[in-house]
Amino acid sequence: MSLTASVHKRLSEHFSLDIDMSAMPGITMVFGASGSGKTTLLRCLAGLVKPDSGCITIGAEVLFDSVRSRSVPVQQRHIGYVFQQLALFPHLSAEDNIGYGLAAMSPELRRQRVKAIAESLHITHLLSRLPDAISGGERQRVALARSLVTDPAFLLLDEPLSALDHATRSRIMDDLRAWNVAHRIPILYVTHSHREVFALGERVIVLDGGKITSDGTPHDVMESPAHETLAQLAGFDNFFDGTVTVRRADAGTMQCRLDGSGTEMEVPLSRGAVESPVRVAIRAGDILLATSEPRGLSARNVLPGRLVSLKREGATVIAGVEAGERFLVHVTPGACESLRLGVGDPVWLIIKTHSCRLVSL
Amino acid sequence: MDWLAIWLSVKLATIVATILLLIGLPIAYWLTFSAWRWKFLVEAVVALPLVLPPTVLGFYVLVAIGSRSPLGRAWTAWTGHGLAFTFEALVLASILYSLPFAVQPIAASFAQVDGTLLEASSTLGSSRWRTFVRVLLPLSFEGVLAGAVLSFAHTLGEFGVVLMVGGNLPGITRTVSISIYDSVQAFDQAAANQTALLLLAFSFAVLAGVYALRRKSWSVSPL
Repeated sequence: MSLTASVHKRLSEHFSLDIDMSAMPGITMVFGASGSGKTTLLRCLAGLVKPDSGCITIGAEVLFDSVRSRSVPVQQRHIGYVFQQLALFPHLSAEDNIGYGLAAMSPELRRQRVKAIAESLHITHLLSRLPDAISGGERQRVALARSLVTDPAFLLLDEPLSALDHATRSRIMDDLRAWNVAHRIPILYVTHSHREVFALGERVIVLDGGKITSDGTPHDVMESPAHETLAQLAGFDNFFDGTVTVRRADAGTMQCRLDGSGTEMEVPLSRGAVESPVRVAIRAGDILLATSEPRGLSARNVLPGRLVSLKREGATVIAGVEAGERFLVHVTPGACESLRLGVGDPVWLIIKTHSCRLVSL
Repeated sequence: MDWLAIWLSVKLATIVATILLLIGLPIAYWLTFSAWRWKFLVEAVVALPLVLPPTVLGFYVLVAIGSRSPLGRAWTAWTGHGLAFTFEALVLASILYSLPFAVQPIAASFAQVDGTLLEASSTLGSSRWRTFVRVLLPLSFEGVLAGAVLSFAHTLGEFGVVLMVGGNLPGITRTVSISIYDSVQAFDQAAANQTALLLLAFSFAVLAGVYALRRKSWSVSPL
């Protein structure tokens, strides 16, 4: 069963949601900055918000159709919705929370079903506890179990794991994937973290300003971001404006001069003609740092510069390098130590041609 | 000690608090969740008894239940006697007079329940009624309790409205506060003192009991 939706909803004078999408069984990431309309899209699909116009279907069932003025109330949509704040009922035990959506079942059957889903999500030991007495990651599992146990027709996850560390998150996602192998329903997973998109998604749709701007595999969408907003979201840290100076169509590359410094860089060939402006985006993690001038490299861009800042953030050291332009470079703490990097040192930046992405202006 | 008046007051307060709980819950629910643009008018009407002198409220109730009003006539046709200066009239007037004391704490506690919980309940297939019973009511239990206790206590102590609508008929409309007033007027300090002290002790005991109960249940579960 696949989910199709065309949804129009005007939220304010300046913002309206305009979505046309479909989702097959499997995990579809919905990616975008906060305020891009991700949550509103989920709320429309769930029936918590009524679209101004449009049509929503799951398989052959029409959930919403503005032309035929049909709108199935949220209680009857058979959805699973995991809220950002989880929304576990604080006065009910984990067991009663999970069994909440099984009101029509006999108590005996309900207990069995709750037990089965609790086992598959590894939370059997905390069924008797109140939500306040459960740790963060386990609370997420309880919320997920509460939605999955009802056998929903589709599942909506609104940044449910964003507060968790990476390891816990991927364990929960593994369990969710295992569950979905058996159930095969469309799962929409809202996130604003590009790491989650790469780690979890089979497909990603990108929302910006209430509209879908990209749609494809995480690799296709995130590695060649079509515009700067997406590039920033996708983890690109360096942006430079430049001008095309030479096009080498046969080599698949072109030369451009950065406006700020006049530095020449080789970038992948794109549509821009000679003398036309371009914007180059480079991930901080895609730049190599050397303390002496490197020779015999295949990389086409080697820029001399000076280290101007070093800042540690978790397992990454962020180095600021002045090389005509200000570059941000990620290095590991170990590399930083063995190179004995210090502010003021002369360094060389090494950037492969294809680490430079051109985004539209 | 005027045991008859005490018994009458407790009976009146119990009946009024029960009825107010039953009609206060839906009114509070509607006031909290309705998106009707003229809602504020209803809010103002519900809050009126807070600022209105009891004599004004009593006067209008008296007019409304008088033998010339439609309500008074219908009552006479049904029961064979008039509504004014009866126990039923006291109940009616007390319900109006104590309405905000029931509705406001309940509505306030409804409003502080996290709306996402109510949405979660409906995404899990629950009707509004089931969401009300299983989520909203347990999570606003304190406010509902406060509404019931406040309307009980407020009815127990009312004076002006009773005097206007019920008069002073022993066993029918002479409540405890009127009995005390009578005693004072008759220079019977001892009787006034006894009854007043009893009312004070009783009110304190009810409130203390409720607070104690609430605290006990708190340490066990958030309910």
